[in-house]
Amino acid sequence: MTDNTIIRFNSVTKKYDNDPPVLKNVSFEIERGKFYTLLGPSGCGKTTILRLIAGFTEPSEGDIYFNGRVINNVPANKRQVNTVFQDYALFPHLNVFENIAFGLKIKKMKKADIERKVKEALRFVNLEGYENREIKEMSGGQRQRVAIARAIVNEPEVILLDEPLSALDLKLRTEMQYELRELQRNLGITFIFVTHDQEEALAMSDEIFVLNNGKIEQSGTPTDIYDEPINRFVADFIGESNIVPGTMIKDYQVQFAGKLFECVDGGFEPNEDVEIVIRPEDLAITAPADGKLNVKVDSQLFRGVHYEISCYDSDGNEWLVHSTKKATVGDQIGLYFDPEAIHVMRHGETEEEFDKRLEAYEEGSYEN
Amino acid sequence: MRTNSRNFYLIPYVLWIALFVVTPLLLVLYYSFFDIEGHFTLENYRKFFTPVYLKMTLSSFWYAFLITLFSLLIAYPTAYLLTKTKHKQLWLLLIILPSWINLLLKAYAFLGIFGTYGAANSFLEALGIGGRQILFTDFSFIFVSVYIFLPFMILPIFNSLDELNPTLLDASNDLGGSSWVTFKRVIFPLTLDGVKAGCQIVFIPALSLFMLTRLIAGNRVITLGTAIEQHFLVTQDWGMGSTIAVFLIIAMVFIMVLTGRRKRGIL
Repeated sequence: MTDNTIIRFNSVTKKYDNDPPVLKNVSFEIERGKFYTLLGPSGCGKTTILRLIAGFTEPSEGDIYFNGRVINNVPANKRQVNTVFQDYALFPHLNVFENIAFGLKIKKMKKADIERKVKEALRFVNLEGYENREIKEMSGGQRQRVAIARAIVNEPEVILLDEPLSALDLKLRTEMQYELRELQRNLGITFIFVTHDQEEALAMSDEIFVLNNGKIEQSGTPTDIYDEPINRFVADFIGESNIVPGTMIKDYQVQFAGKLFECVDGGFEPNEDVEIVIRPEDLAITAPADGKLNVKVDSQLFRGVHYEISCYDSDGNEWLVHSTKKATVGDQIGLYFDPEAIHVMRHGETEEEFDKRLEAYEEGSYEN
Repeated sequence: MRTNSRNFYLIPYVLWIALFVVTPLLLVLYYSFFDIEGHFTLENYRKFFTPVYLKMTLSSFWYAFLITLFSLLIAYPTAYLLTKTKHKQLWLLLIILPSWINLLLKAYAFLGIFGTYGAANSFLEALGIGGRQILFTDFSFIFVSVYIFLPFMILPIFNSLDELNPTLLDASNDLGGSSWVTFKRVIFPLTLDGVKAGCQIVFIPALSLFMLTRLIAGNRVITLGTAIEQHFLVTQDWGMGSTIAVFLIIAMVFIMVLTGRRKRGIL
């Protein structure tokens, strides 16, 4: 644990009555001043983690540390954490100013100070001059900003955001992604952001925790997680992927779709069964003779930026290709990819084992 | 054609209102201008402003106020606890159930309970406090009235508490609010409409209670309701009874306007 750690979960389990646990033995650390995202499908436990940090619920087992102190039983109103709720939870009987000033008034701050701070917070979220508006007069995007202002005005050490963008339309959502990221950089406060939207997670985070079934499947930077997914779930959940079974003949040589390919992964048993991931955008369409794989075009969708082309090889594996070039349905085409595009996943490997193997074979490759 | 058919369906409703709401009101107003001999007069209105009737008005308001206040003090925490229970609809039903039983029956039941040899006095004696006069006191009158009105106070408050978005309580807690602050600044203001509705439903009928004043309070409490009943059934002075009724109606309208105004921002 470094000095920079602000929140630490130590083997935290959360159970409700006799139901199976929502969180199973989860441990992680959150560092000061970074943008974290908890990513996962609904019911994976991401919101539970947020509620545990906020103090709305207590862990069944394990400890939560905040600045090195166990805070399991510290009530929510005594924590240096503020939340931006999914439905914003703005007080409908108070106007914008009173909503934002709510926390400051509880702290018995002087009136002049409250006014100054609320103005500052409104400037931060680009809502200057909206002090006297009623909440019901505000649009969804504006309510969102008020909710953020209400959280940051208290100058918490950590801000928790529970799917705050999910109610906004696509354009506004993209806009708010930029704004939130910039806000976090300007304030230097730790943000913990919960979402089920993988694009949002990739675009905004310093660090992503991918959760599934009450467990952290993988954590790392967006590029780590996108390029080196640890298992089928992560590969499938983050972005589109082609996942096919294969065999690791030896290190740096893998067999799939009935052919041998060179790759950059190592640290396997000889002839180990593995899964291969190739991202659709790493596949390039070529003439059948120039391709590493020969496939037949099955269907094609126009996605705006690219065509999404679904092809099948002679073994019956589906290959999804993202290409700006059009293909003709029914044609036989070749697919080309670099050895770096192949990512090999071991069956049932945990994150720890994965990291260890990665370190080991990377060291090995330097010696070569 | 379309508006015609719509108007056609309105006829029963309009007839009903005209026959059973507007006509009685006009009749009450009409009778209030006649004395006991049937001569047109304004004497009734002058009489209303004599100390006898003013005192009666004051006492009506005072008792209605007490009944409303105690109902509210009991109903709010009850409704709050109800929203926290597991089978809240069942509990709610149990609380509403007594209101389906005839008022008179309940009043007679209390005559038995509060009587000199009733259950309440036996209980007090068993405690060693000793029996005492319970029936025909202010206490018994207010107690029974509160008992009868309680479901009507609980229901609207329960509804407004039940509709309250629970994330708002989390939000208040999150922003540093203790349970008390959350109650004072979030829960109570947001359920004020329910409280107002409950007060309206209790206060207005409580103004004109007359059965209970006789049975439970033993005519020691004379309210405007009792006075109207006496004038119509005993003294046969319909004019004076109507005049009191006119003032009662004015008071009710006034209270409706006072409590009916909705607070800003609440949908």
